Amino acid sequence: MRERRLWSWLAVALGGLYFLLPLVGMVDFSMRMQRDGYSFEAYRIVLADPQFQQTLGYSVVLALLTIVLGILLIVPTAYFVRLRFPGLRPVVEFLTLLPLVIPPIVIVFGYIRIYNTSSVLPLTGSWWGTNLLLLFGYATLSLPYMYRSVDTGLRTIDVGSLTEAAQSLGSGWTRILAVVILPNVLVSVLSGAFLTFAIVIGEYVFAALLNVGSFGPYMVWMGGNRAYEPSALAVVAFAITWACMALIQLVTRFSKFSTVRR
Amino acid sequence: MAFLDIQHLEKSFGPTRVVKDFNLDIEKGEFVSFLGPSGCGKTTVLRMVAGFEAPTSGAIRIDGREVTGLAANRRNIGMVFQSYALFPNLTVAENIGFGLKVAGEGKAAIARRVGEMLDLIGLPQLEGRYPFQLSGGQQQRVALARALAPRPQVLLLDEPLSALDAKVRISLRDEIRRIQRDLGITAIFVTHDQEEALSISDRVVVMHQGVADQVGTPFEIYNRPATRFVAQFVGTLNLLDADVLDATTGKVRLGGVPVALDQPLEGRPGERISLAMRPESVELGRSDCDRVVLSGEIAAVHFLGSVIRIKVAVAGQFVSLDTFNQPDRPPPSVGTTVEVSLPHRDLLVLAA
Repeated sequence: MRERRLWSWLAVALGGLYFLLPLVGMVDFSMRMQRDGYSFEAYRIVLADPQFQQTLGYSVVLALLTIVLGILLIVPTAYFVRLRFPGLRPVVEFLTLLPLVIPPIVIVFGYIRIYNTSSVLPLTGSWWGTNLLLLFGYATLSLPYMYRSVDTGLRTIDVGSLTEAAQSLGSGWTRILAVVILPNVLVSVLSGAFLTFAIVIGEYVFAALLNVGSFGPYMVWMGGNRAYEPSALAVVAFAITWACMALIQLVTRFSKFSTVRR
Repeated sequence: MAFLDIQHLEKSFGPTRVVKDFNLDIEKGEFVSFLGPSGCGKTTVLRMVAGFEAPTSGAIRIDGREVTGLAANRRNIGMVFQSYALFPNLTVAENIGFGLKVAGEGKAAIARRVGEMLDLIGLPQLEGRYPFQLSGGQQQRVALARALAPRPQVLLLDEPLSALDAKVRISLRDEIRRIQRDLGITAIFVTHDQEEALSISDRVVVMHQGVADQVGTPFEIYNRPATRFVAQFVGTLNLLDADVLDATTGKVRLGGVPVALDQPLEGRPGERISLAMRPESVELGRSDCDRVVLSGEIAAVHFLGSVIRIKVAVAGQFVSLDTFNQPDRPPPSVGTTVEVSLPHRDLLVLAA
């Protein structure tokens, strides 16, 4: 019994080391910019860099817009598929999984081919068009996470009865979606939203190929030109992702009401 | 003209006809139950009245206005669901006020009406709770208040008591009837529980395979069932085979004894018919001379508390009878030879 427990601990420790050692190494390296000991100099330089602030700000805004677009697109779709077209669910699930199967580079090349300046819809020809294209691209990338989160949320409530109850009380579709369905799947929507946020913040391929100055290309540029700062930047990026994960946990745990028995 | 008028209502799902030529007039303030087994079409009719299903053909009128093609949210109908369907993100007060808010009423008017409704259901202290903090019975009371708050023309209840335990079911059933009477609201109550339907309804519609087999008061439905299905579905029934002796005078042979039914029969001499009677109309032992007396052997005794149900084997068939429990008289034992007497005037002849 005791021996078995020892092996279990050993397996956990090995797994932990596998994930933690590179992180420890990275944090350690990022703090060795000054030769006389540990310091936050690299972090100071990174955080003070106007380009860092600008690219991060841009990516944050884009991530928030992606989340809004994702909610507007996914919540009604998942809701109506569940309510009216349950037979279509496998098809929609497959479609929303495609962004995981098709590499982003293929998608973005497709975009560039279809929406280039000599096409019918020359989106890449203007600043607004390019940003719109990037936004749509990110909404596509977020589909697998958003759809699954929302669909899981919808599974925990009796969509049919709640809809009918609201209808019998005089509600139209917009009110049903906004006042009855969305608040009840909000925790799931937020889980999907934070994942989307984490993906968009660090995304490189779309942004680089559409030549947009977002946080992803900035990190790559930094990695190619500096020594200590890239590690500091990576730690910052990790911190943002972890903060998102922590927020998912917090929102799930401290939601005011719950459809699940506590 | 009736307040709620359902004419030639039909509903098919693909090739399956689930509701067939359903007709019903309901007067204002009437409480009507749809009673039937699962899949008989009772809920489908209710859902068509609510506007959740579109009829294949037929018409529904409420207070003289045709609503057949009207969307559910424009019918002004209150609905109570088996699963309560309270909005989990809203408090009790917000749930009850939901319909009023949709109707665009002011905050003060909503608060006043919510207060009235909470008093009506006897839960004024729970207005700030969320649905998950309430028991099943409390949730269903809130659902009832929510449905009634916007003053609907018709109240529809879709098996509202099925998910509750026996005690709560009975108390809530009485409460629903009291509230319906107090408000004078027209109500349709769907249930598969005959006791529920018989105990609270003004009229009962017994449904079978998409057809309304019989519409009548609980007394009529129980005592004069129109079809074999109604007779068998509502209450417990003894069914005994008898041979026709003389169809014109209504004479049959039952358990070797000739019996005059005082009603003409269909069938030729020697043909077999079914006679039905309720357990409470059968008596143990000989009573007055106006009854048919058969002898048999006790096959089973079920002690149900206030009532004892005894099963007697008579000429190869079984007759169930009910006697009241008497503390000084223990129930007879299995195997005892006894006589049972049947009221020959109350024997129902059922069509095959």
